Amino acid sequence: MNRQAQAVVLLLFGGAILKASATDLHLRYVKEGLRPFLLVSGAVLVAAAVMTMWYEYRPSPPSRRDSGVHDHGHGEPRVGWLLLLPVIGLLLVAPPALGSYTAQESGTLPAAAESDYAPLPEGDPVPVGLLDYASRVIYDDGRSVAGRRLLLTGFLTTGPDGAPMLARIVVSCCAADGRPIKVGLTGGPAVDVPAGTWVQVTGRHSTRRTTDPVNQADIAYLEVEQWQSITAPKQQYE
Amino acid sequence: MTDTQTLDPPVRRDRGIGSVEVLAALLILLVVLRGHLAGLAGGARLQTWTTVFVSVLVQAVPFLVFGVVLSAVIAVFVPSSFWARALPRHPALAVPAAGLAGVALPGCECGSVPVAGSLIRRGVTPAAALAFLLASPAINPIVLTATAVAFPGNPEMVLARGLASLVVAVLMGWLWLRVGRADWIRLPHQEAGGSKGLAFWSAVRHDMVHAGGFLVLGAAAAASINVLVPEAWLQTLAGNPVLSVLALAVLAVLLSICSEADAFVAASLSQFSLTSRLVFLVVGPMVDLKLIAMQTGVLGRRFAIRFAPATFVLAVLVGSLTGVVLL
Repeated sequence: MNRQAQAVVLLLFGGAILKASATDLHLRYVKEGLRPFLLVSGAVLVAAAVMTMWYEYRPSPPSRRDSGVHDHGHGEPRVGWLLLLPVIGLLLVAPPALGSYTAQESGTLPAAAESDYAPLPEGDPVPVGLLDYASRVIYDDGRSVAGRRLLLTGFLTTGPDGAPMLARIVVSCCAADGRPIKVGLTGGPAVDVPAGTWVQVTGRHSTRRTTDPVNQADIAYLEVEQWQSITAPKQQYE
Repeated sequence: MTDTQTLDPPVRRDRGIGSVEVLAALLILLVVLRGHLAGLAGGARLQTWTTVFVSVLVQAVPFLVFGVVLSAVIAVFVPSSFWARALPRHPALAVPAAGLAGVALPGCECGSVPVAGSLIRRGVTPAAALAFLLASPAINPIVLTATAVAFPGNPEMVLARGLASLVVAVLMGWLWLRVGRADWIRLPHQEAGGSKGLAFWSAVRHDMVHAGGFLVLGAAAAASINVLVPEAWLQTLAGNPVLSVLALAVLAVLLSICSEADAFVAASLSQFSLTSRLVFLVVGPMVDLKLIAMQTGVLGRRFAIRFAPATFVLAVLVGSLTGVVLL
């Protein structure tokens, strides 16, 4: 791999990073907070490519010839060709955010216990995150959600008994550490859309519980009143 | 492309078909076949693999770029006389000093391998350079902050990680002083001269392509482990105290995650004991697949086949001991 090829690969790689961070594409893979750093590093990669080209083609033969000889003896980093794989991944394939497949394969995230559950904000129905709901139901016996109409947003996945469950992927750093949080659906109109569809479910706290067969963690349930399918939100992770 | 051919100095002529031509053909092929590519990633398992692969890379890129730029700055703008003045003259004292110096240099392990290589080239005793190589990715402020963020309920994790990593780095340096042989290390050909700007940008370019390529390998390995190893299987290992330590030590080697990001992965392995996750955090920045590959490239094969296993054993022992005492 000579220096011109390295420059082109760096340009493509930096360009792919810039494109992903300028659009919403990066939200499928990392947290939003990484965006400024991605923009800077994409710019540095493009600059490295441009500077390599400039030193390659500027009209000052002596130093150029020197470094040309040097590259021969050094052994070219063939492994650099592999940088084309993420370029293909980001620009041509652009894989979707993690979804129902991951939710079925992995056990639900064990909800974290909190010492004190603040009352839910105003609103009817009131929007609640899946992780928040599971934690309130499992560790507080649903006291802070009792009597309220709740609005939960997530995608559908198939539960252990074959019934549809609501799920969302929780990401702490990047999609590589993404784990699902699952909430069972009971009562109400049957949710009869395929797994992977995004839905908004209105309902009330249910006392029903089950355990995830993958990791024996508790799964809370929601008593469904109504539901509707929606388009996937911009930020799909919780 | 034909223009570049005619402009090429004669030394590059003997290559026949050059890399740029191969690259151009490859890119045309990819654009023509792009419909098929999207179709290939259609299966749910392969799609998940692709998502995890891309996300590990995207997450690591800012850290890698930072490390590469920093090591280029050190290699080009810090005079070699600085190192002679900064480190104690006696090698046995230079080792812990160099290990501690790692605190001040926030770099990822991908960046620290070339830095260690250039330190040795600039006359720093190899034992001290190796202590720096092992310590700096694990105990710098960025990594320790990330660890504190990932383990909000266990601040002692930060202390345990910094301490265990420093101890391993210093012990490996002293071990090198006793049994190491200079001819195990084989440094690649020295960069040719030229202006500082040229030296800087060629260091950035070379390290980025080199380390970035190995990062792609690491990300592919991490995605494969993520998709192929069933969670239930990890669960059974997590129950046994000895097996869980060994399992996470091996996982750290296989996953090859950058040290700035590995604390978050360790935090998500919540079914494992704190001690086994500490071992994961101590082993990961010192020994992993992409580091072994990079050490082979920068310091030579005879070096890497001795250094990596010794570091692994020492890191597991010190990590477990620290975990038992502190966590």
